[in-house]
Amino acid sequence: MKHRRGKPLARSAAAGLAAASLALAAACSSGDDGEGADTYTWWDPYPQHEADSDWADRVDACGDEAGVTIERTASDTTDLTNRALLAAQEGTSPDIILLDNPAVSTLAETEMLTTVDELGLDVSGVDQNLLAAGVVDDTAYGIPIGANTLAIYYNAEVLDAAGVDPASIGDWDSLTSALEQVTDNGDQGITFAAIGTEEGSFQFLPWFWGAGADLRELDSPEAVEALELWTGWLEDGYAPNSVLTNSQNTTWEEFLTGEYGFAVNGTWQVNSAAEADFETGVVQIPARGGGPAPAPTGGEFIIAPVQSDTERYDVTRQIVECMTTPEGFVETATTFAYYIPPTADGQEALLEEQPELEPWVEAVREAKGRTSDNLGTDYPLISEQLWTAVQNALSGSATPSEALEQAQADAESALE
Amino acid sequence: MTTTSVGATGRASDSGAAGHRPAAPPPDRHRRRGVPGSARQWTALGFAAPLLAYLLLFYAYPLWRNLDLSLHDYTVRAFVQGDPDFAGFANYAEVFASDSFGTALLNTALFTIVSILFQYAIGLALAVFFHSNFRLSGVLRALFLVPWLLPLIVSASTWSWMLNSEHGIINSVIQAFGGDQINWLTSPGTALVAVIIANIWLGIPFNLVILYAGLQQIPGELYEAAAIDGAGARARFWRITFPLLRPVSAITLLLGFIYTLKVVDVVWIMTTGGPGDASLTLAVWSYREAFGTGQPDFSPAAAIGNLLIVIALVFGFIHLRMQRSWEKS
Repeated sequence: MKHRRGKPLARSAAAGLAAASLALAAACSSGDDGEGADTYTWWDPYPQHEADSDWADRVDACGDEAGVTIERTASDTTDLTNRALLAAQEGTSPDIILLDNPAVSTLAETEMLTTVDELGLDVSGVDQNLLAAGVVDDTAYGIPIGANTLAIYYNAEVLDAAGVDPASIGDWDSLTSALEQVTDNGDQGITFAAIGTEEGSFQFLPWFWGAGADLRELDSPEAVEALELWTGWLEDGYAPNSVLTNSQNTTWEEFLTGEYGFAVNGTWQVNSAAEADFETGVVQIPARGGGPAPAPTGGEFIIAPVQSDTERYDVTRQIVECMTTPEGFVETATTFAYYIPPTADGQEALLEEQPELEPWVEAVREAKGRTSDNLGTDYPLISEQLWTAVQNALSGSATPSEALEQAQADAESALE
Repeated sequence: MTTTSVGATGRASDSGAAGHRPAAPPPDRHRRRGVPGSARQWTALGFAAPLLAYLLLFYAYPLWRNLDLSLHDYTVRAFVQGDPDFAGFANYAEVFASDSFGTALLNTALFTIVSILFQYAIGLALAVFFHSNFRLSGVLRALFLVPWLLPLIVSASTWSWMLNSEHGIINSVIQAFGGDQINWLTSPGTALVAVIIANIWLGIPFNLVILYAGLQQIPGELYEAAAIDGAGARARFWRITFPLLRPVSAITLLLGFIYTLKVVDVVWIMTTGGPGDASLTLAVWSYREAFGTGQPDFSPAAAIGNLLIVIALVFGFIHLRMQRSWEKS
């Protein structure tokens, strides 16, 4: 009897112990923030820069200056936005995030970000066209740490062979006739990214805005003209059919083969272009009637999510300031493959070091934020319809005007 | 029940796991024999607790959360603040009313059915081929498993490179024989075909392995007897191999169906469901709504996800039903 009773008891004790330890483990993992008072968390979208890179050193240095340790985690852009949202929901936001500019207004709308005023930052020196991407209802939620934009790279050897002078490209017609000359000479014309993601819209916008179209009215005659320019290039064989699945990286790979006369790409390829096997150059993307078209700004904002412990803000401000001084901007610009500083001081300082970046500084000054014009969180919805229209038109499943009419109707219903 | 019937005919380890639920052990008899004290019950509960906790945490909670997401209007703001409006079935209505729904449903049906038919047919042919052991058959069979071992990002990227309009190897072969360039991934007419081809290639090893294991269970005497009766290779296949493989085939097709139904990565990497909606399946649509744009729409994405669960469940029940009727006969 004793034995029989003893065994189940021992067994239930063991089982109880197991259950208790399980509960304990669960409690431990949920209670553990991993944040000490002098450890500040930092997320950025640069997984290509590893822990021993110049960029990581630079982040660490800003932490040292503020007297704290920075714990840096890198993941790619789309993933970063989703993770930031999840972390905000769980109440485990990092102290600082570097985030792609169109996503800033999305996060700001959730009230998970501190404003620059709350943090006590001075943004008066930042170029308005760049700051605008992080402004929602007249409140700024972050500072651009650098800006990049699009322009047209050309292969000087291909152009020479075809007898095209890059300086002659000033509007759409001169560009198209340059493409004709290049393809007639047996080379490929132009390559760009029209993939069905944000990158596709990003690359289409300079032409869209350059025609005078407005994102609130996707089916305007100007918008149709911009899309017809692209479909025309595909039909005439000036651009390859693969642009439909090209990301900007793939586009660049195509250009580096040396077979293409032109490629639309961004500031971040300056280094790579200098190392190409052929001579390259840059021209601004032309507007339809001439002059440079406004290209969309790319680049990350430095933002500070709301913390339950508001005493952390003081150090956070110091870290942000370290990143956004004129020297800080220039250092970021050179650490990274050429980020243009967002302030006039920073731009001057950069040009002193690297005068050859002049065309890019000008392009950034002309550039326009995707979420500006008070589009804010409407932009992602409109952009999705825009790239869908581009895909439909280029693949031939709809004419440009049909595709854009559909896009406008869908955008309107999505915005309701 | 399912476990025993599958175990007798094939060594499909996956099916064993799937069959656990219906094969619940009858615990009553044991309990009557032992001490009817509460200590015993607590012991049982204590030992079951880790499993229960696991099931609740990793099965019940995600399902519940998915339902919760689909029945509320989770804007990005509401997601972070945790204060979504209750939407009832509005998200489902929105999904059904969307222009993409018809396309996505048809594409899903085509993608799934064509994929598993070819995967099964080719897998079975290869299994029968390798069943007659010849020299190097082991090595060759191992080579056929390569698609399974490669990370999906690698195989999908390789396929999209091979199918590239201008630089793809497939087009250059076609053009070498005088054909025209086919815009595999960029034309609305061929994008779905292209992703189906890639997916068939990816799914063949799974079918090959399970069907090959099933073939091993068929007693060799049957073939000898049939040979003595004068049955040719064709008759042996249709009269012996195919019927005796039926339970294994059924589970292979069911698993293949469920796997194929929820394929996202291959399609996303190759076409992102495009151009337009040309290669959009329900699973890709769900992913696109939630993560493919700058503005995450978790609620409709969850609604589409639940729809997929229901479809998979329906076919699961059909499978169980078929199996029961075979057992009776």
